[in-house]
Amino acid sequence: MLRALAPAPAMAPGAPWSNSSPALAVLLFSSLVLSPAWAIVVYTDREVHGAVGSRVTLHCSFWSSEWVSDDISFTWRYQPEGGRDAISIFHYAKGQPYIDEVGAFKERIQWVGDPRWKDGSIVIHNLDYSDNGTFTCDVKNPPDIVGKTSQVTLYVFEKVPTRYGVVLGAVIGGVLGVVLLLLLLFYLVRYCWLRRQAALQRRLSAMEKGKLHKTSKDSSRRGRQTPVLYAMLDHSRSTKAASEKKSKGLGESRKDKK
Amino acid sequence: MLLLLLGIIVLHVAVLVLLFVSTIVSQWIVGNGHSTDLWQNCSTSSSGNIQHCSLSSVNEWLQSVQATMILSVIFSVLSLFLFFCQLFTLTKGGRFYITGIFQILAGLCVMSAAAIYTVRHPEWHSNSDYSYGFAYILAWVAFPLALLSGVIYVILRKRE
Repeated sequence: MLRALAPAPAMAPGAPWSNSSPALAVLLFSSLVLSPAWAIVVYTDREVHGAVGSRVTLHCSFWSSEWVSDDISFTWRYQPEGGRDAISIFHYAKGQPYIDEVGAFKERIQWVGDPRWKDGSIVIHNLDYSDNGTFTCDVKNPPDIVGKTSQVTLYVFEKVPTRYGVVLGAVIGGVLGVVLLLLLLFYLVRYCWLRRQAALQRRLSAMEKGKLHKTSKDSSRRGRQTPVLYAMLDHSRSTKAASEKKSKGLGESRKDKK
Repeated sequence: MLLLLLGIIVLHVAVLVLLFVSTIVSQWIVGNGHSTDLWQNCSTSSSGNIQHCSLSSVNEWLQSVQATMILSVIFSVLSLFLFFCQLFTLTKGGRFYITGIFQILAGLCVMSAAAIYTVRHPEWHSNSDYSYGFAYILAWVAFPLALLSGVIYVILRKRE
């Protein structure tokens, strides 16, 4: 297919090269990418870190232009660090996983993949320093069998080092988050408190207006009532006292109006 | 009144500049021919011409020092921004609480960064003869200045 595309860029000499070359480049690129219609693309991690004695998951996923068939097969190969040969350690075919039972990974591999979810991952238990090396995931999905495999390198450490930036990001994010949260909380509480203050003030001023209308006739009572109102304004912060006196005051005004 | 405002702003900007310089410049620890800071170790060759710089270690304590220095710069910048906001929106007689709190937080962050660095720096550089560089001293100087600036904001009342 690549050969078929080669004559395409041939153009007459003296043609306006600069005008059409970006479009041509896009066309060429897209055809190179899209033309392998019968190929499979496999994705794995680049590197995986594991601690001695623990387990590690080697992920493998793929993209195929065909539907996942029942004949799909996964193969994992292992090439030791510094070695040249790759040995096959895992094979999955026709719905049946075949695990290494005689080699270095005897009884340590577990199949956790699911072809329906395009996942061909395996788990290696009980890591050892001799497991350092490169693992290759190979997926074949008939009739889609041509494609690139993908490799993941396993590093086994005594203690897995944390990646750079994890602590940095965590400290910055944590402190900023806490500060923002506290500020929000503070503003929320203050807003609610101010709103309640405003509502109380409004009710008190409305009541005072009503009281003044009434007590303009009865001057003798004014002395007794206005101290009550001022006392209420003073105690407006304690809600129980304020609400009790308010209800009493309202009840009185209603009775007086009658 | 205007003089006071100007003085406060100058103090705040001075604290900000100290924090920036202390975070970025490569002079927390100096020895003969090498200097390290939060981000890289630099060493000059014996002839004095060539400088090799490599990244500092991936130690968790160094990362926490980096994080708190960055946080202090962030808090100081936020505090300056909030100061200008509050200058125009605060009621008369009000106090610059938020500005002061952020500035005090910046000071505390610088202090914790410098303290952690002082205690844990043998973990990521192994030279026996060393002395503290000027960026390290600037960090310690920025701490009381930031606290002072924050306290002034908390005490200050808005007039006019």
